[in-house]
Amino acid sequence: MIINHPLLGPRDSQEFSYLGDASLLDRPDWHDVSALQKFHDYLYLRDNPAGEHRELWYHEAGDRSWLVVTRNTLTHEISKVELAQDVADRKDHKK
Amino acid sequence: MRYSGFRVIKEAFGGHKGWKPAWRDPSPQKDYDFVIIGGGGHGLATAYYLAKEFGESRIAVLEKGWIGSGNVGRNTTMIRSNYLLDGNEPFYEMSLKLWEGLEQDFNFNAMVSQRGLLNLLHSDSQVDAARRRGNAMILNGSDAELLTPEGVRKLYPFLDFENQRFPIYGGLLHRRGGTVRHDAVAWGYARGADQRGVDIIQNCEVTGFKIENGKVLGVETSRGYIGARKVGCVVAGSSSRVMQMTGMRLPIESHVLQAFVSEGLKPVLPGVITFGVGHFYATQSDKGGLVFGGDLDGYNSYAQRGNLPIVEHVAAIGASLFPALSRVRMLRSWGGIMDMSMDGSPFIDRTPIDGLYFNGGWCYGGFKATPASGMCFAHLLSTGRPHANAQAYRLDRFMSGRMIDEAGQGAQPNLH
Repeated sequence: MIINHPLLGPRDSQEFSYLGDASLLDRPDWHDVSALQKFHDYLYLRDNPAGEHRELWYHEAGDRSWLVVTRNTLTHEISKVELAQDVADRKDHKK
Repeated sequence: MRYSGFRVIKEAFGGHKGWKPAWRDPSPQKDYDFVIIGGGGHGLATAYYLAKEFGESRIAVLEKGWIGSGNVGRNTTMIRSNYLLDGNEPFYEMSLKLWEGLEQDFNFNAMVSQRGLLNLLHSDSQVDAARRRGNAMILNGSDAELLTPEGVRKLYPFLDFENQRFPIYGGLLHRRGGTVRHDAVAWGYARGADQRGVDIIQNCEVTGFKIENGKVLGVETSRGYIGARKVGCVVAGSSSRVMQMTGMRLPIESHVLQAFVSEGLKPVLPGVITFGVGHFYATQSDKGGLVFGGDLDGYNSYAQRGNLPIVEHVAAIGASLFPALSRVRMLRSWGGIMDMSMDGSPFIDRTPIDGLYFNGGWCYGGFKATPASGMCFAHLLSTGRPHANAQAYRLDRFMSGRMIDEAGQGAQPNLH
């Protein structure tokens, strides 16, 4: 697989390590009354879809940036690559 | 029809015209007591033991494609009982004991071959860890022998003992480990279940569940609605997709694991070997091909095929352990979808929905577990209580903190 890095252009997926579902960016609030349940769900449960999947890749052998990659788990086709920082900033902006 | 040497001779005189299909092809009935979703090794074993050991009847196995078309036909065929942790080892030892009597039990030649499995060790700390694991195995009734480099050399003289980076310090030998003809496991269980009245319904995809007041009443399928008193879901890599129809999210990610077969060679590998540094394991099939594999590709996938970096990686570490391998041509490779759980251990448990049971999360170790998984799941379905050897495989163990993490990797499924 080739990951089209937003800053560095097309890079071999071997340069990256994989973390998992991009929902890991949305850490629950530890002040919440149901924080225990929410952290359990956040850490252990996954949608695990067959089809489009937003996921976190780390450019370990490159610029060490975190990326949010939108990839189809049935075909391995990558449709979108964003810097995770940009995704997180957009979320903060919405709050 | 009972299979035996006598039967083969008798049929030979009749021009082999007397053989019958090994199982029927029934149409689904309106309702059953037990509906097993998934006609793989575990699902067929569950149905077989439900009928044989628990005396249950009115059982159906629903399979989307043909039986044995999933991971039971796509694995590297190894069986072993060499786990460390308490929640695991009694279960896998039970499984290995069932393998040892399986062919007589279901009257089918599954070519169970206990040719020995050797984990190679490449540092003092690995030798210490292997000694601890070996003791845990022996305490649970399994077998283990710690070999010196000379002991390893007697069995496998062609390994790279003096490798500069990873010299061989010894090995943990599990003599009862070995291989089984994987497809024959599915066929043997299917035939045994069918003979005991189980309906094996192929080309029958489950498309939904009928759940009312927190109780499952049946399943919608591509061949119509089928009512059920109890439903067991055993669908390996598709676990999340099927259970999603009930509204459940699972502690599972689906990943692709590749395996490889070389061209046929004369006998060279007498048993199963695993490399202790990189993830590499190999055995030789009866046809002569070296069967080998390594790590997961490492990303979520339902594609049943992997990418080239892992092919290169597995071949490279294989050749570093076993230099002669570099002259061997690879014949084919394939990928299977693994239901990787959050601690690397499986689930055999009831769900919050009454009458609905779940068996999955086998990661890439499901094949060796087939007999015990079937037996324990049948126990749970029939009695409503977990089998003593599968009590730890609960779906809520991440909430209660009772993880069974053999690799010590935490909630990172691609590392287990």
